[in-house]
Amino acid sequence: MEHLELFLKSIFIDNMVFATFLGMCSYLAVSKKVSTAVGLGAAVIFVLAITVPLNWLLDQYLLQPGALKWLGAEYADYDLSFLSFIMFIATIATMVQLVEIVVEKFSPSLYNSLGIFLPLIAVNCAILGGSLFMQSREIPTLGLATVYGIGSGIGWFLAILAIAAIREKIRYSNVPPALRGLGITFIITGLMAIGFMSFGGMLTGGDEAPKEEKTVKVEEPKKDTDKELANNTKVNE
Amino acid sequence: MGLLSKKDSKLILDPLADNNPITIQVLGICSALAITAELKASIVMAISVLFVLGIGNVVISLMRNIIPSKIRIIVQLVVVAALVIIVDQVLKAFAYELSKTLSVFVGLIITNCIIMGRFEAFALANGPWRSFLDGIGNAAGYGLILVIVGFFRELLGSGTLLGFPVLGNPIPGELSGLYALGYENNGFMLLSPMALIVVGIIIWVQRSRNKALIED
Repeated sequence: MEHLELFLKSIFIDNMVFATFLGMCSYLAVSKKVSTAVGLGAAVIFVLAITVPLNWLLDQYLLQPGALKWLGAEYADYDLSFLSFIMFIATIATMVQLVEIVVEKFSPSLYNSLGIFLPLIAVNCAILGGSLFMQSREIPTLGLATVYGIGSGIGWFLAILAIAAIREKIRYSNVPPALRGLGITFIITGLMAIGFMSFGGMLTGGDEAPKEEKTVKVEEPKKDTDKELANNTKVNE
Repeated sequence: MGLLSKKDSKLILDPLADNNPITIQVLGICSALAITAELKASIVMAISVLFVLGIGNVVISLMRNIIPSKIRIIVQLVVVAALVIIVDQVLKAFAYELSKTLSVFVGLIITNCIIMGRFEAFALANGPWRSFLDGIGNAAGYGLILVIVGFFRELLGSGTLLGFPVLGNPIPGELSGLYALGYENNGFMLLSPMALIVVGIIIWVQRSRNKALIED
């Protein structure tokens, strides 16, 4: 139950793109066509599912205050947490290289579809962000860390798939010249983020703090149409 | 600009407007949007990126002839990560509250695309002084957008600037300023979707003023 809850939460409520803006660069750059968006999205799920649990282990047995206790009592009060950035990014960069080599060797067809995106991923903020959020939210077990990695990856995948589908359609619309391309993509993403906010009460049954309730309510009519828009586009596509 | 030749000053001034990293090159949006709900956080973020990009560009440019091109990404990541650790530790020591607000986004400067983008596109091919100027220019262009977004979001969202109430006193019973006339804060500006929409509007304004930037 705990796992399912975290899984749904990381896909919908804490969606990487819409709630925390992670991985926006590749999200904007690679969302012109649905097929390439699917490739990059799949690669992100793949890499997040590997690096988040790996970094969880690193954090637990190397970096946290007191994590070196397994080496002996005299190491118990070492605190290496200031090294986490460099350790995490090194893990991610090496894992991406390793995954690339392994996939190329064992599944050339998968390599052809994922291959060009893998190097891009080392510098995708969503990947490092996944590990950093895992650390700052103090996820307690390895299983939950894996679930969190996969869930966030799927959330990112959904977001890039939806925006790519919308961008393919919007080519036929009459957008004001100055907004064409980047500008309208930003605004659509904003509207989609409003749509995703409607998932906010999903796990609490809507029993949130009254203040939050108020802000959400004001946007109610707009929100529903936006969500439908996103859904429709996905279905059509 | 007696100190800088014309070509050098172009390096600094170009990214501020017509080649802005956020609105034109589409780099570094990742960490830019999440922390702009307050002006103060935006300014600190802009300064941090200025520091990392300025120094990082110089370091990479000095090492450009000895880095094997196959492992250059890892070398670049290590340089940025080291600089970001310095920024993070300084923030934790001198501005603890602020570093809590910025949370993981300080760490995410490492994967900020502006930084890797400038390393790849500029520092690997140019000398240290020109790389330094390029780094400063791009970070300033990035900071400019951050500050503009932060300014509007904090002003319209909570009626303050840098924490000071500028539109009057919103507490019921002792209303003053604009609030006495019936004005209310738009709490929606503080939520994440509005950051995207504000940037979208900035892009709209910029491209309407400079038709050459319009995409087709």
